[in-house]
Amino acid sequence: MALLEVKDLNKVYEMGLFVRRTIHAVKNVNFTVDQGQIVSLVGESGSGKTTTAKMILRLLAPTSGDIIVDGINVWKDIKTVEDKRNYYKKVHAVFQDPFASYNQFYPIDRILYQALELLGLNTDNPKAKELLEEALVNVGLEPKNILGKYPHQLSGGEQQRIMIARCWLLRPALIIADEPVSMIDASTRGGIIKLFEKLRDDTNTSVIFITHDLGLAYYISDKIFIMYLGEMVEEGTPDEIISNPKHEYTKNLIGSIPTLYKKWEDLEEPDNIRVS
Amino acid sequence: MEDTLILGINNVKAYYAKGDQYVKAVDGVSLDIYKGEVVGIVGESGCGKSTLSNVMIMNIRRPLTFVDGNITLNVGANFLELNKMERQELQKIVWGRETSIIPQSAMNALMPTKKIRDLISDLVKDHFERALDENEIIERAKQRFRDIGVSPDYIYRYPFELSGGMRQRAVIAVATLLNPRLLIADEPTSALDVATQKMVLKTFERLRKMEIVESVVFITHDIATVRQIATRMVVMYAGKIVENSPIEDIIKEPLHPYTKGLLLSVVTPEPEVKKRGLSNIPGTPPDLANPPQGCRFYPRCSSRMPICEEEEPVLKKINGDREVACFLFNK
Repeated sequence: MALLEVKDLNKVYEMGLFVRRTIHAVKNVNFTVDQGQIVSLVGESGSGKTTTAKMILRLLAPTSGDIIVDGINVWKDIKTVEDKRNYYKKVHAVFQDPFASYNQFYPIDRILYQALELLGLNTDNPKAKELLEEALVNVGLEPKNILGKYPHQLSGGEQQRIMIARCWLLRPALIIADEPVSMIDASTRGGIIKLFEKLRDDTNTSVIFITHDLGLAYYISDKIFIMYLGEMVEEGTPDEIISNPKHEYTKNLIGSIPTLYKKWEDLEEPDNIRVS
Repeated sequence: MEDTLILGINNVKAYYAKGDQYVKAVDGVSLDIYKGEVVGIVGESGCGKSTLSNVMIMNIRRPLTFVDGNITLNVGANFLELNKMERQELQKIVWGRETSIIPQSAMNALMPTKKIRDLISDLVKDHFERALDENEIIERAKQRFRDIGVSPDYIYRYPFELSGGMRQRAVIAVATLLNPRLLIADEPTSALDVATQKMVLKTFERLRKMEIVESVVFITHDIATVRQIATRMVVMYAGKIVENSPIEDIIKEPLHPYTKGLLLSVVTPEPEVKKRGLSNIPGTPPDLANPPQGCRFYPRCSSRMPICEEEEPVLKKINGDREVACFLFNK
């Protein structure tokens, strides 16, 4: 059985006070993610990929449809605070902007202890400190250089690593990573990506990458889902998508991404892309 | 490739004054740009690549200080020594006519209350002492818009009426109005989506094909983009050039360990990428106010040797047209 099952998911935003306007942000989206799988949701701004992620994370209620994680219907079965706690032990998120994920007035230890509290471990518990240090080592950080520091004293890459350290503490079944490396310098990006791979290999967690970067999705995923204007237009293994894209949007996208090992042949041709 | 030198940069140092110390953003850079070349300058944030773009045309403003070196520009009949010229002089006879620069995010800095047409007439007034016939200039601008495949009607629009790609192309058209020999573009594709990026790259390609500009300097952190447009790639690290090679050579066989690391951190949807894997460079770039002795890449380098800590490698020619600053190749 799949770990995550998304069935006929829809989200319609209604806007305007007098004149009603509706935006169909997510249209009849279906997909599944197996345990231990890394998948990517790829699409441009406004394609509905982040909206989908927010619905899985219980941050935004769907208009219709079902999201089932490990047999639990996320928007129907979770009722009590206890249910919620259990859900967030199972599903965890890493967001795009590491600078916005921290409260600047507290040392970064706090965000790690919060994760431990979710596990029911008290701050004073000696086991807590041990787990915490182990998690930091797992993401390539030296605990004594990190603990006690404030967010502004750390680089974006280090901050993002700490967010992943939280995943090592909680060992969730599913991680939703929304553009986790788009604000990180290129030379450190590879290291962060590899942390997700390691986490998957060691703890058999599933990861959903939300990204606009097809190159990244191609490298890391077992399966890629392409979203366009709220619809899931294509899915397949990375090699299927790259070598044989079916939807017009995917074809265009692949044709426009600069490649490293092959020079474009159509650079001298006049544009056929019309921009409104 | 023709061997007409367009711009010669010789051992240039330009520092930012910060209190009583200097941030050495461009520290002993030598680079020759020849006719017909598209030179891509790449490097991480803070490596000095944008500073270098301003130093190239001697657009030096405090706290940036020109410390040493010389910069010569071919203006046809003779060479001008840019570093000896006054700012007013540069403004009158060099900027806009011989060289042109598209600063980072220029397309988002257009005056929102002015139409593109008014922007053009303002520019012309600034660069010419005697008033030129405005209609003639506007006609010329329209032709340039046509040249790069944009409808000339756009010059009667306000910037906010244009999409990102159109705005960037309008900026390119205006920057090349006087057919500058050298066009410098700083991150011209960075804030655009990939389809629009490709369109802008095509525009640059066309400018060169039509010989509207003779050479282009393209500054970016995106190596795959440089690979598509450049004939030569220059890699900067901590204020210095570490490698300068023809594009095919550097992609096939990067020499400097930093170049290798950078290339290995690029992910594009290509089977080669999966085969070669992904890696990262440990550590962070040095503080340019206090750079390490010896090679600046030494602390992060995987092939470091004892000599690297003590002596500084210089940029040396190897295999004919490649240059690298590393002791691995300094035998």
